[in-house]
Amino acid sequence: MTDVDILIIGGGPAGLAAAIAAHEAGCRNVLLLEREPALGGILRQCIHAGFGMHVFKEDLTGPEYAQRFVQRFHALGLSAQCDTMALSVTPDREVTAVSPAFGLQRFRAKAVVLAMGCRERTRGALRVPGWRPAGIYPAGQAQRFVNLDGWMPGRRVVILGSGDIGLIMARRMTLEGAEVLACVELMPFSGGLTRNVVQCLDDYGIPLLLSHTVTEIHGRERLEAVTVAQVDAQRKPLPGTEQRFECDTLLLSVGLIPENELSRAAGVRVSEVTCGPLVDDALQTSVPGIFACGNVLHVHDLVDHVTVESTEAGRQAAKYARGQGEAGHPACQMLQIRDGAGVRGLVPQTVCAVRVADALPLMFRPAAVFKDAAAVVRLDGEEVLRKRFRILTPGEMVRLVVPKEVLERHAGAGELTVEVTV
Amino acid sequence: MIQGMMQDESDVLVVGAGVVGCAVAREASRHALRVCVLEQAGDVAEGSTKANSAIVHAGYDAVPGTAKARFNVRGNALFEDWCRELDVPFVRNTSLVAAFDDRDLAALEALRLRGERNGVPGLRVLAQDEVRALEPNISRSVIGALLAPSGGICCPYGLTFRLAEHAAANGVAFFFERRVVDVARAADGLWQVTTADGAVFRTRAVVNAAGLYADELNNMVSAQKLSITPRRGEYLMLDKQYAGTFRATIFQVPTPLGKGVLVSPTVDGTLIVGPTAEDVGDKSDTRTTADGLRKVVESAARVWEQVPAGGVIATFSGLRAHGDRDDFLVGEAPDAPFFFNAAAMESPGLTAAPAVAVWLAEQIGRALDAQRATHYVQHTATWKPFREMTDAQRIAAIADDPSYARIVCRCENVTEAEIRAAIRSRIGARTLDGVKRRTRAGMGRCQGGFCTPRIIAILCDELGLTPEQITKFGGGSNLLVTTHGARPATLGLSPERRESRVGRREVCHD
Repeated sequence: MTDVDILIIGGGPAGLAAAIAAHEAGCRNVLLLEREPALGGILRQCIHAGFGMHVFKEDLTGPEYAQRFVQRFHALGLSAQCDTMALSVTPDREVTAVSPAFGLQRFRAKAVVLAMGCRERTRGALRVPGWRPAGIYPAGQAQRFVNLDGWMPGRRVVILGSGDIGLIMARRMTLEGAEVLACVELMPFSGGLTRNVVQCLDDYGIPLLLSHTVTEIHGRERLEAVTVAQVDAQRKPLPGTEQRFECDTLLLSVGLIPENELSRAAGVRVSEVTCGPLVDDALQTSVPGIFACGNVLHVHDLVDHVTVESTEAGRQAAKYARGQGEAGHPACQMLQIRDGAGVRGLVPQTVCAVRVADALPLMFRPAAVFKDAAAVVRLDGEEVLRKRFRILTPGEMVRLVVPKEVLERHAGAGELTVEVTV
Repeated sequence: MIQGMMQDESDVLVVGAGVVGCAVAREASRHALRVCVLEQAGDVAEGSTKANSAIVHAGYDAVPGTAKARFNVRGNALFEDWCRELDVPFVRNTSLVAAFDDRDLAALEALRLRGERNGVPGLRVLAQDEVRALEPNISRSVIGALLAPSGGICCPYGLTFRLAEHAAANGVAFFFERRVVDVARAADGLWQVTTADGAVFRTRAVVNAAGLYADELNNMVSAQKLSITPRRGEYLMLDKQYAGTFRATIFQVPTPLGKGVLVSPTVDGTLIVGPTAEDVGDKSDTRTTADGLRKVVESAARVWEQVPAGGVIATFSGLRAHGDRDDFLVGEAPDAPFFFNAAAMESPGLTAAPAVAVWLAEQIGRALDAQRATHYVQHTATWKPFREMTDAQRIAAIADDPSYARIVCRCENVTEAEIRAAIRSRIGARTLDGVKRRTRAGMGRCQGGFCTPRIIAILCDELGLTPEQITKFGGGSNLLVTTHGARPATLGLSPERRESRVGRREVCHD
């Protein structure tokens, strides 16, 4: 059994930022576990640009963005153990891990930061009917094949779902010489960032078929074709609208799911909306001393937001490890945060208004597309903040900052809600 | 392949490497007989064996006096020992048949009586409160149930791999990608079995365990014609998160088309829901349909009100070999001596397989006047899954082989050591699906999203192949396409393993 102050599970952008922040907060006994052979997480395969506009005011590729944190991590003398899989976390923060270099290890941590990221939704979850041939891949897996392994998954491609990875892969496959026939989206709007729709589909003449879905998979051995049909308002395929796309590859970009199997086993309560842990403003889960940040907490669009969130998680974990954390502000009154109309997945879910330093960041996704809308924050029903947006879409997470003085003015309130009104 | 080239001479030739074929081959190998198995696919368990409910039925369904009834109850009794000997999972989790109205309750009573005549032990009709005490998550519309304590669950393909391993250890030869196109009696009285590539296998006795194609084989030699209809069943597999929802396998009162949609835990900790029952024209049509999957959910909802749509990790379908006689066809064909059928083995075919194998091997041994084998291998070693080990076992396994410490499949915690062992075993994995079914790598909630590239690399390393040559399940199911300047996957590949192992796999007689 090895004692550490802070154990961080996951060496992607979330884990790296949390480790650096914990160190900068004065914590010297930090250990990070990473299951891949190298640090950087999913950014290692995200070789496109568009990262870092908020944090660095620069347009970086994924590996470049990750490298800045990896360098800082090493410069601070922080230690990471790669090729190491965390097998279990207990409620009293004992972590079992395994690696070829060290075998089976046990750690006891004063604080644990969960930063395991997310996984992709699969065909099974969608129940797309038809054959089960080779050539159907989650978009992120195809991205790994192409960008890390140097393998080409196919030549004629249809993409189901318009999440960001799917959009990025539409362009990536095109650049690699494949023909991308269409990007098919069930909803009447894209699930990805507008800039990705423009730069990855429009710029390459790849049609985005909104309110369409794949209704059948053809091909016994390798994928041969997919049937695509339009859907009605209830998302049911409309008979007579079927078209057949001859293709050898179907990439799925139909959503990401935070990987919370370790968290659940540790007794961490998980939200049914975000599929991530329920956390307070310190990013502490329902289990004291266990913190969560990044895509394991809720799926982000921008790594910059992951960095900001994870920096806070690292700082709070350091405080906790020093014995100054806890929900234990004597005057702490927990405010419940709830999704109002048009809002999904507010994080955090509880707040200690007294503890908030100078402002409370709230993140959520709009439940639909709203034009010329306003996000309204209410405390016990009373409007305290209103922010206007030209457009809100589920594909773009909203970050809303509530100043501390607003919370202070309404000390004693029990519930904070956010709603979207047009 | 030269036309008509003699490939192998044996005493017993089994056609089909599903659970029935492999079980018969294993039992036949207890005799001093040269046994071989021909399989049209590239691996064992590629037909009905890989896609069914994985239930070890108690035996109350079959009509008394039928082969189904006889072999079901005997097979159930053998299953536990077989699985223990072969180191494969088996759980006697009990079965319940749910009733929803008075007519169903009457049907339960009829089932109970039928089961008792078949020799099924311990059958009891439970009242609603007793059912709910056993299964708190069952729908309130279930007003009673038949409890069959001997009902169980198993891993059909795991069992089949181990049977094949064990058979191979006892000298059984396996020939893959050999589709039988003709069976004829040669002038010297031996059977002459011709495969699609023109090879000829000569043998004293043929066992027809050809699954969906057993009718074609039977009809080549016997005037007593058999017709097999592929009856498709569609399934949903649910995440381990739902493992505790039900303990027993929950059936609904059966209909003429079959036992209806069941909800059951699996030995892997997932939950299976299905199947539909639909006769299809094509013996290879394992498509899933929007209609079928919807029916599964609707029908299961009678037992489990809220089947969690978000918890589905995979959908699939399998084909049952439904014979026109509504019963198994097991035994020597009356007009074709030394041709033994193990045909029309639809449900409860899996349950019956051990009993059918024991009985047929005895018949064959007697017909061929065979002695018991002098050196029968009782036990063959297999790897223990990392996910099932205690910490102490893990430490010992890693000390012995450090690749036990490298997790390849993170959902199911499958290590590199297990994947290499699965490829290196006697009837080793050659494909992604072969690895998957032997180790569970890629069968978890991410369905191979993370581990596929790693498994491709290990397959390349072990088999001396390039990534473009790796298939999902053989044939043209290649996972990648060839690119200009494609590079091979290397994992410190030793030169002796560089030698290509592409091409047909054969595990021949010594």
